[in-house]
Amino acid sequence: MTDNPHISVQNLNLYYGANHALKNISINIPDKKVTSFIGPSGCGKTTLLKTFNRLHDSLTDVRVEGKVLVDGENIYDKGIEVTHIRKKMGLLSQRPFPLPMSIFDNIAYGPRIHGTRNKKQLQVIVEQQLRDVALWDEVKDRLYSPAVRLSIGQQQRLCLARGLAVSPEIILGDEPTSALDPKSTQKIEELFLQLKEKYTIILVTHILRQARRMSDFIVFVFNGEIIEFGPTEELLLNPKEELTKDYVKGFLS
Amino acid sequence: MRKLEENIFKILMIIASALVVGSFFLIVFTIVKKGLPAMNLDMITKTPERGFYIGKEGGILNVIIGSLYLALGSSLLALLVSLPIVIYINLYLKTGSWLGSVTRLSYDVLFGIPSIVYGAFGFTIMIYFGLKASLLGGIIAVTLLVIPIMIRTMDEVMRTVPKELLDASYTLGATRLETVKILLRQSAVGILTAILLSFGRAIGDAASVMFTAGFSDNITTSLTDPAPTLPLAIFFQLSSPIEEVQARAYASALVLTIIVLLISISARILTKRFSKNKI
Ligand SMILES: Nc1ncnc2c1ncn2[C@@H]1O[C@H](COP(=O)(O)OP(=O)(O)OP(=O)(O)O)[C@@H](O)[C@H]1O
Ligand SMILES: [Mg+2]
Repeated sequence: MTDNPHISVQNLNLYYGANHALKNISINIPDKKVTSFIGPSGCGKTTLLKTFNRLHDSLTDVRVEGKVLVDGENIYDKGIEVTHIRKKMGLLSQRPFPLPMSIFDNIAYGPRIHGTRNKKQLQVIVEQQLRDVALWDEVKDRLYSPAVRLSIGQQQRLCLARGLAVSPEIILGDEPTSALDPKSTQKIEELFLQLKEKYTIILVTHILRQARRMSDFIVFVFNGEIIEFGPTEELLLNPKEELTKDYVKGFLS
Repeated sequence: MRKLEENIFKILMIIASALVVGSFFLIVFTIVKKGLPAMNLDMITKTPERGFYIGKEGGILNVIIGSLYLALGSSLLALLVSLPIVIYINLYLKTGSWLGSVTRLSYDVLFGIPSIVYGAFGFTIMIYFGLKASLLGGIIAVTLLVIPIMIRTMDEVMRTVPKELLDASYTLGATRLETVKILLRQSAVGILTAILLSFGRAIGDAASVMFTAGFSDNITTSLTDPAPTLPLAIFFQLSSPIEEVQARAYASALVLTIIVLLISISARILTKRFSKNKI
């Protein structure tokens, strides 16, 4: 099932000071599929997700050992340019964090950084991305008003569009719907399902039903370790490990 | 019983607020009442006449200009020094690094040093470089005085910028230098507040300019001229034995109060405009 890994994690260990938060993680994440991380709170899902684009770099007292290969390239190699690997991934966090600027500038931020200056070109990109996340009709008349005035659900879609605007290959979602109402949640879910044609998607979720609806594969994380990894239905309905059984028990009944 | 507690605290809070508001109005009332009779157009359009330093006639235009130069110059200079420092500790240093803690500790210490010490320190520097009491000397001393205020105010605001917001910028492939823009936009209000607070402090401080900026009856035209300042003018006028001159101290105080008030009001207005994009 993983002959074509997009991200390959090899013997990854992460320490927050003395706290060994990720323990010897090895996993191959398949290309153009949705892979969900599930597990109890504090087990290390967010930490693992952040190692994929080196967001731990700005913390002291964090030590990372092991390899993370993205497209066969170890992103923890000394010579690697960190902006280059980050550009490959769009991250959607639990709560949306729009940049302190207008809706238009939020989407144009990434392309501008990477060298697109032409106003016409930017307009095309902004419209395209906003359409892709089904936000265009809601905001087309106020593109230049502050992004913070949008509702939380709209902000989350804006953040998705902002990430997509730098044409990433991978989308990381850390409980991207946990702050949203059912309607907005459904919108984001639908978007993800459309996006998986073109992107490799990694999703952290606490909602097992969502994991089932969305993903091709599920990874069960517990206490910093990967306990089980398998195709969605198999892992949820027929788990092999006792710990996984315990965790998904409620879901089965 | 709990009701009683609540009422007691309510009354205490009302008394405290009343004291603050009351003393504010009392101060303004005193200044206006005593200063207004001596106030006239000459006061703000002319330099002193008939009598060195504290003229009986004419105005305090030289003092107003000196004070504005001094406060503007030192606020700008302090901003140039402080901004890179706070950007460095908030964006370039990793969260929780010891260098950040040491820097924060040192500006907290500097913050508590009385302004006369900065005046004395500035004076020493001036002697070392062979400078006379001048606008430049005053700017140096006052800059030293307001840097801790500026750094502290900006740092306090920048520390509240969510890490996830900066991460959002990094995630899009931005470098640290590019992310500075996000940090600045998000803390624009704090930076503005810092500048205005520093300006207010700079224009109102007497001790730091006493030996460093000097005083004169003429309008300051160069960095090496002495720069007369409002707090010192008030001090000289009040210490005069002549009654008319004493009355003019309150007019000077009124001018100073109005300048500070204008700054506070513009701060309010600008804050509103600057915070519209803030998350
Ligand atoms: N910046 C940090 N410094 C120190 N320890 C941290 C830090 N971030 C997370 N941890 C610790 O690492 C462990 C894993 O945390 P993480 O946030 O990855 O859990 P999670 O699985 O995402 O939980 P949740 O489902 O609640 O989001 C926890 O024990 C947490 O306390
Ligand atoms: Mg988490």
